[in-house]
Amino acid sequence: MNIAVCIKQVPDTANVRIDPKTNTLIRQGVVSIINPFDMYAIEEAVRTKERLGGRVTAITMGPPQAEDALREAISMGVDEAVLASDRAFAGSDTWATSYTLACTISKLGGFDIIFCGKQAADGDTAQVGPGISMHLGIPQVTYVKKIEELNASKARVERMTEEGYEIIETPLPVLFTVVKEINQPRIPSLKGKMRARSSDIRVMRAQDIGADERFLGLNGSPTQVVKVFTPPPREGGVMITGSVDEITDKIVEAIKNECKPKF
Amino acid sequence: MSYLFTEEQKMIRDLARRIADEKIRPVAAEYDEKEEFPWPVLKVIAESDLSGIYIEEKYGGMGGGVTELCIATEEFSKACGGIAVSYAASALGSYPIILYGNEEQKKKYLPDIASGKKVAAFGLTEAGAGSDAGAVSTTARREGNYYVLNGVKQWITNGGEAEIYTIVAMTDKTKGSRGASTFIVEKGTPGFEFGKKEKKLGIRSSATRELIFTNCRIPKENLLGKEGMGFIVAMKTFDKSRPGIGAQAVGIAQGALDHALNYAKERVQFGKPISSFQGIQFMLADMGTKIEAARALVYYAAGLIDSGAKEISKFSAMAKLYASDVAMDVTTNAVQIFGGYGYMRDYPVEKYMRDAKITQIYEGTNQIQRGVIASALIKETLKKAD
Amino acid sequence: MGIRVIVDKCVGCKLCIRSCPFGAISLAGKTAVIDLDKCNLCGACVDACKFKAIVLQKEKKPAGDISAYKGVWVVAEQYRGVIQSVSFELLGKGRELADKLGAELCAVLMGDDISHGSSELFHRGAGKVYVVDSPKLKHYQSEPYSKVLIELINEYKPEIVLCGATSTGRSLISRVAVKINTGLTADCTGLDIDPQRRLLLQTRPAFGGNIMATIICPNHRPQMATVRHKVMKEAVPDLSRKGQAIRKSYDDEVLSSRTKILDIAEEADQKINLSEADIIVSGGRGLGKGDNFSILHDLADTVGGAVGASRAAVDADWISYSHQVGQTGKTVCPKIYIACGISGQIQHLAGMSSSDIIIAINKDPDAPIFRAANYGIVGDLFEIIPVLTKKLKALLV
Repeated sequence: MNIAVCIKQVPDTANVRIDPKTNTLIRQGVVSIINPFDMYAIEEAVRTKERLGGRVTAITMGPPQAEDALREAISMGVDEAVLASDRAFAGSDTWATSYTLACTISKLGGFDIIFCGKQAADGDTAQVGPGISMHLGIPQVTYVKKIEELNASKARVERMTEEGYEIIETPLPVLFTVVKEINQPRIPSLKGKMRARSSDIRVMRAQDIGADERFLGLNGSPTQVVKVFTPPPREGGVMITGSVDEITDKIVEAIKNECKPKF
Repeated sequence: MSYLFTEEQKMIRDLARRIADEKIRPVAAEYDEKEEFPWPVLKVIAESDLSGIYIEEKYGGMGGGVTELCIATEEFSKACGGIAVSYAASALGSYPIILYGNEEQKKKYLPDIASGKKVAAFGLTEAGAGSDAGAVSTTARREGNYYVLNGVKQWITNGGEAEIYTIVAMTDKTKGSRGASTFIVEKGTPGFEFGKKEKKLGIRSSATRELIFTNCRIPKENLLGKEGMGFIVAMKTFDKSRPGIGAQAVGIAQGALDHALNYAKERVQFGKPISSFQGIQFMLADMGTKIEAARALVYYAAGLIDSGAKEISKFSAMAKLYASDVAMDVTTNAVQIFGGYGYMRDYPVEKYMRDAKITQIYEGTNQIQRGVIASALIKETLKKAD
Repeated sequence: MGIRVIVDKCVGCKLCIRSCPFGAISLAGKTAVIDLDKCNLCGACVDACKFKAIVLQKEKKPAGDISAYKGVWVVAEQYRGVIQSVSFELLGKGRELADKLGAELCAVLMGDDISHGSSELFHRGAGKVYVVDSPKLKHYQSEPYSKVLIELINEYKPEIVLCGATSTGRSLISRVAVKINTGLTADCTGLDIDPQRRLLLQTRPAFGGNIMATIICPNHRPQMATVRHKVMKEAVPDLSRKGQAIRKSYDDEVLSSRTKILDIAEEADQKINLSEADIIVSGGRGLGKGDNFSILHDLADTVGGAVGASRAAVDADWISYSHQVGQTGKTVCPKIYIACGISGQIQHLAGMSSSDIIIAINKDPDAPIFRAANYGIVGDLFEIIPVLTKKLKALLV
């Protein structure tokens, strides 16, 4: 099986805070990590290789420091890593990003399955995965919770929905976006870390991936950001003090007022 | 310390730390409460290639030395001393094979230990032979192509869980301390049974059992080195393993200090966090300084051993002695900083204090360590006098 | 093309440096310098600079004749033949947008034996409903649904297409936007019109909700956006409203799907109706352990509400992910949201800040949640919640 996994290096948004004095993001001390949802994609890709044999290639579009993310993927068992990096890619929205990744995947060629995380923790759009499958003209299954059966020509998977789940059968090649419920990402092994340190990361530029430059970066992005601002904080209210009895009485009052017909 | 580590050592440290934080910390209290052997954690350690970091590559290990073993042990100990010692004691049980095994023995036993498939244990202590290791009374009688073992070992760490045991037994009582030999005995050998699991003050996740040998027949090929070398094997093994106990002690102390620091910052009394009071600050300063000193001594000893130096007993003993005394001191003070909460089992710090105590006792009590150190110092002055 | 600092205008005030979410700007002497390797061309610095010293230029290239595109569309979502309420919310907002543009509001309805649904959509404000009725469209599958939607868009050329940010909507609309080569903005919390340029202003959170971005799609059509359930207000139904149903059919090629649905199941656990509850009691790290959620379940059961959780509680395995409220969980807007032992990280607030009343109980007086709560209590939830439950039980008897 020739397996690809698309990952993204993101700031650790769980720890990003706003400086209340300047109302801007505090960047110091915020590390870059592999997008948490992509960890599940990497793990599933590696498990699939371990089950069925083959190779896993991790691909990311990013600045040079995104190499760290690729090395971490290698330490988890990924065989090869490709960094699509070029100034021309800067300013890409999800259309241009999925196009760039699709070109890279096409150029490398011959993949049976492409794994993606459900969404990226900084953009949270969940658009790139489906976008890649559309550019490549292959079927997709999103929110994959479990791979029930998989062979060279088809797969049967469980897809998570708001109501419950669906069982979907799909031919290969196919793109899967996966959810956290699918597995528990492994801790890298020492041998894996050592291999990651010494691995060569292949860098591909715009001309290497055979992309049409009209569709890259800022130029290729139909959407543009016109304004960035910090959200107005929700106005705080009053503090209730007193004994447990007094406090609970006040809460009951508030609930009664708000939910009149019921109470 | 980390500025002195190589890239690989830093990787080991980071990996061990991650395992400690993600896999050990969340379950430490439960394993302590249930007194269960942490097989699932050892499995994760094995999958991360850390089981055999001190074993040569040609036997499936990572080719590291005592330093690497100490790095991993320290990180695990920060999360739980009991789970960490299950890892470290396997190294203790393996060193006799590493140091004195012949090629067949190494090929037969080390790969499974390196891969984490099997765990090892070292059996020397008996009811009548603790500090006085020479009083070992377990016998190994040669009978044709076999040795027959009879006797009972006491308080063996990993006893009952390990598959591979290195046992010291008397082959010739008339020769006194030169009459002991070391053997490899596998779990499941007829005549080899285990006593009940001991209930301990601390390191409760670690399994401590009696090993009972009743006419236990083992092939003569399982003799390590030559007959009569038993105590030399034991002493040389301890030289290598004692820094590991030092590392365990440093880890336990560090873990306790970290908890105490966090608590001191949050606990407010007299309108201020207690970390702002000089009394607490001085305690924290002393704790921190002692831990660094212990750590420096442990890694110095480990580095000395790995460099191939010959005279290592003194530093090995010093590292174990000092670090374990520091651990007891620091953990007791950590409980003190927590005050009443420190005494409650719902809070993590009392476990560190319970776990620390054993480091002053096993692998040679600190009194024995002092004896070793004094002997070495005196020997050195005698040499100079020459 | 690209971004540059106009050196003469830059005074070195460092406002841009602070505003950059990517840490791409530094000061060289008294001038700002942008590291193009780190710069994502997001434009935050352009906004922040009081001296207009940073310029971000994008090539203008209208792709095709965008003036031919007119109309606001809502892609209605149905599950087992029932139209989902997120569609009514989109129609509510869609009406606003359509009125500002002087355009018509239409809906797209795909399904099997689904034509009856169009009257509901008329009641909610759609002037036209494009109905595509086929057994092959009974359940959502990405290929047939996206192919049909693409055909419709290419034929009728709406200028705006809105879709629910559900697992269906997000999978569907991403594919369509790529094929049509147009812009899509996900999870919009605000939608508005710039009447002069006839542009849809799409506002959404980024960086885990720490900042908001307003996005436009100036040169491509249609402008597409998804909106999460419960973010917008439902269109009030007017049962007398009528509209025009336009039935479309397509051949097997368009309706074909390489993937096949073998089974569909609902899971009881999923149906906690967190999204629909009027009262939600939520627990966070302050609960201490999973068992303590029973205290919250008691309260929720008493008032007929639902139990929610912060990410910390879910990550600690104290309660399942289906209860998670927040950036990576569910968005809720109940009448009452009681946050117990929840610190109030911005990622959690993102999921519940549109609740009518927020009541927060936390031991830590500095917990950020108190800045968002209508009523804040610094206290012990283990004392307060059981007493509250008792009092409410007595009230409801």
